Amino acid sequence: MIHMEYYLVVSTIMMFAGIYGFFTRHNTLGILICIELMLNATDINFAVFNRFLYPNGFEGYFFALFSIAISAAETAIAIAIMINIYRNIRSIQVKQLDEMKY
Amino acid sequence: MEFTLETVVFYFLAAFITVMSILTVTTRRIVRSATYLLLVLFGTAGIYFLLGYTFLGSVQIMVYAGGIVVLYVFSILLTSGEGDRRLQFPKGGKLLAGLVATGAGAVIVLFITLTHKFVSTGDPQPLEINIKTIGQAMLSGDKYGYVLPFEAVSILLLACIVGGLLIARKR
Repeated sequence: MIHMEYYLVVSTIMMFAGIYGFFTRHNTLGILICIELMLNATDINFAVFNRFLYPNGFEGYFFALFSIAISAAETAIAIAIMINIYRNIRSIQVKQLDEMKY
Repeated sequence: MEFTLETVVFYFLAAFITVMSILTVTTRRIVRSATYLLLVLFGTAGIYFLLGYTFLGSVQIMVYAGGIVVLYVFSILLTSGEGDRRLQFPKGGKLLAGLVATGAGAVIVLFITLTHKFVSTGDPQPLEINIKTIGQAMLSGDKYGYVLPFEAVSILLLACIVGGLLIARKR
């Protein structure tokens, strides 16, 4: 049988891969991809906790469902912002986004 | 330790997800990164199927793999400049800081997870939540009903449509 901890180890690795990418990426779309990874890891945790600890309830299930919907909305808005930035300064590298820095 | 079909599938999915999520953050080309993200999302859908949550797995495939990754690929192609076809690899202090922070965090979390026993980690029988139960729970206002978050998400999606149009419109 598969213990609950095994699923949690997989989601932890995914979460920290996302955090590493968030620290080290130079491209804003790359940062957004890493945010997707982190959100996905939390969704796995919701589903696994629901399945193993409260198999008769649906709380984690619905949280994962709503979380998927919210992350889709967030991605759409973030990509709209990035396309707008690209229109203005012709690049979406983090280094060149210093208009509002000082 | 016996090898049933379930454990074989789980170990395959776990190795697949681990390798693909590490490749997502270490590859140099952003299109490849998006492709590896797509494979990670497929692996996650496989984990949902393994847990018995088939509806959640199909929503994952439809929304993430069908919607979000296509959006990523299109925006990558729209915004690729001449200089950033290749992602610069982080060098020196930044790479070291990222690696140390990530490694320390992962070790602490894994230590806490593996040294604490959860209450009952039995092997629950796979149960299929049928679609009628999901729909009724989502639109009921009772104790375990989710009509309020459902409406909140609908307003969020409306705001997202309006915001996306406003931000990305032609001036």
